Amino acid sequence: MKCQHCEKPATFHITELTGPEVEELHLCEEHARSYLAPSEPTDGSTSQTLAGALAQQLQLGQTAEELARLDQQFCPVCGITFYEFRNQGRLGCPHDYICFESELDPLVINIHGATEHTGKRPKRGLGGSKNQMELIRLRREMQRAVDNEEYERASELRDEIRRLETVVSTDGD
Amino acid sequence: MELEDLTRSSGEWLRGSGPESDIVISSRIRLARNLADFPFIRKATDHDRLAIEQAIRERAFMEERLKSILYLNVGELETVDRQFLVERQLISREHAESQGARGVAIDSRETYSLMINEEDHLRIQVMHSGLDLEAAWNQISSIDDLVEKYVTYAFHDRLGYLTACPTNVGTGMRVSVMLHLPALVITRQIEKVFRSLHKISLAVRGLYGEGSQAMGDFYQISNQITLGRSEQKLIQQVSEVVPVLIDYERRAREFLMSESQKDLHDRVSRAFGILCSAKTISSEETMHLLSSVRMGVNLGLIDHLEIPDVNKLFIHTQPAHLQKLRGVELDTADRNVERASYLRRHLGNVGRDDPSEKN
Repeated sequence: MKCQHCEKPATFHITELTGPEVEELHLCEEHARSYLAPSEPTDGSTSQTLAGALAQQLQLGQTAEELARLDQQFCPVCGITFYEFRNQGRLGCPHDYICFESELDPLVINIHGATEHTGKRPKRGLGGSKNQMELIRLRREMQRAVDNEEYERASELRDEIRRLETVVSTDGD
Repeated sequence: MELEDLTRSSGEWLRGSGPESDIVISSRIRLARNLADFPFIRKATDHDRLAIEQAIRERAFMEERLKSILYLNVGELETVDRQFLVERQLISREHAESQGARGVAIDSRETYSLMINEEDHLRIQVMHSGLDLEAAWNQISSIDDLVEKYVTYAFHDRLGYLTACPTNVGTGMRVSVMLHLPALVITRQIEKVFRSLHKISLAVRGLYGEGSQAMGDFYQISNQITLGRSEQKLIQQVSEVVPVLIDYERRAREFLMSESQKDLHDRVSRAFGILCSAKTISSEETMHLLSSVRMGVNLGLIDHLEIPDVNKLFIHTQPAHLQKLRGVELDTADRNVERASYLRRHLGNVGRDDPSEKN
């Protein structure tokens, strides 16, 4: 008897009792091994979970135009577009959770089944103050000024960053 | 302490002691944290990465309790050293292979490490041998508190700790327990176990985390959900499921011992025989055979060998460990020869009569 999947002789005869009907399988050694070997465990990696949740969410109730408009939205602090996030699965800065809130919340529910943190909290003041967001934005602007060789602007920005850094570090204490 | 000092030991998580250590290899907890005043890694410039590294290193690591740690600039390490740290689970594969300023701080007992500029600015992880999640949580939470005295974390009143990936937001915590489940693999029950774990949102990964295959029948069980439940609740969920898995594995072993002890004994002895006498052997085959040997030791089918010794062989026969122990770089073929020779040296005398008794 030949293997059901190739020309080699069937050396394994398997009776499968788990399905709705009893099934007879006749397989060569190679095909028997791949049939019997436990398949790779379903990959529960975070990137897959995220990709799945994103795809699922975006299929629901969003037209192509809506999606295109959504993709162009960007965070004023770090500059990431929603498209970039959707593609890479990673956010650009803490402020993204605020500016993309209405898009992220359904995603968060999808992944965690909840939207409210109930665990540990930092002992010092909450991160995410206006000044901290402003620092992220100013550093980005300074980098852009340096890249464009606008050194005067860059040096103004640097002074502003230093001033804010002092404010932020005394805030926290 | 230097990196070289780590080479000869096998680290806390492979110590092979602690509760249920015949089946539970280790308990790990990691926390993802980001600084509030910098963009996440994805949008961080080289300048930002350096500033993040400095902020954490120069402020938090000056703390008295963290002073004795070994700090390594991961970007400057040789490839083999980075791989060594991955094998040791002190850094992630992603951390080893990425670009730009990044580092890791390791405690001398290897019970914790702090990765800077991984997927998040800071990833703290604590590893204990055996099933020991409560103690691991107390330790990691206090390290987290120490660091937090010096830096401000990105935290949202409703969403909790903010992370680069929304899958980690909230507690930023992953609790994982590594189990050795050879009997469930042999009896083909492992798939069923995975399916039921997925149903209660627990993830199953191989020895080296995401995407890695279950080499040597090692499996890591961890939480997927990080938001909406407290750290204690998340730990409790994993803690409650692990004893069930231990029980399944023990029953599968008992079944094999009562129904097919000869086959099992044969399998274990053959595995031991190959490991003692091979002249060249791959890492995969070594893991596979050591898995049988490890179970054989636990079931009393092999004498004169202790679990910590078997655990040590698992880690010391990994590619980078072999090269570090030998002190030279080796290609795959040479590593297979070196691995076989290492195994013969360490297993060759086991099971034979103690030579001192003959004298």
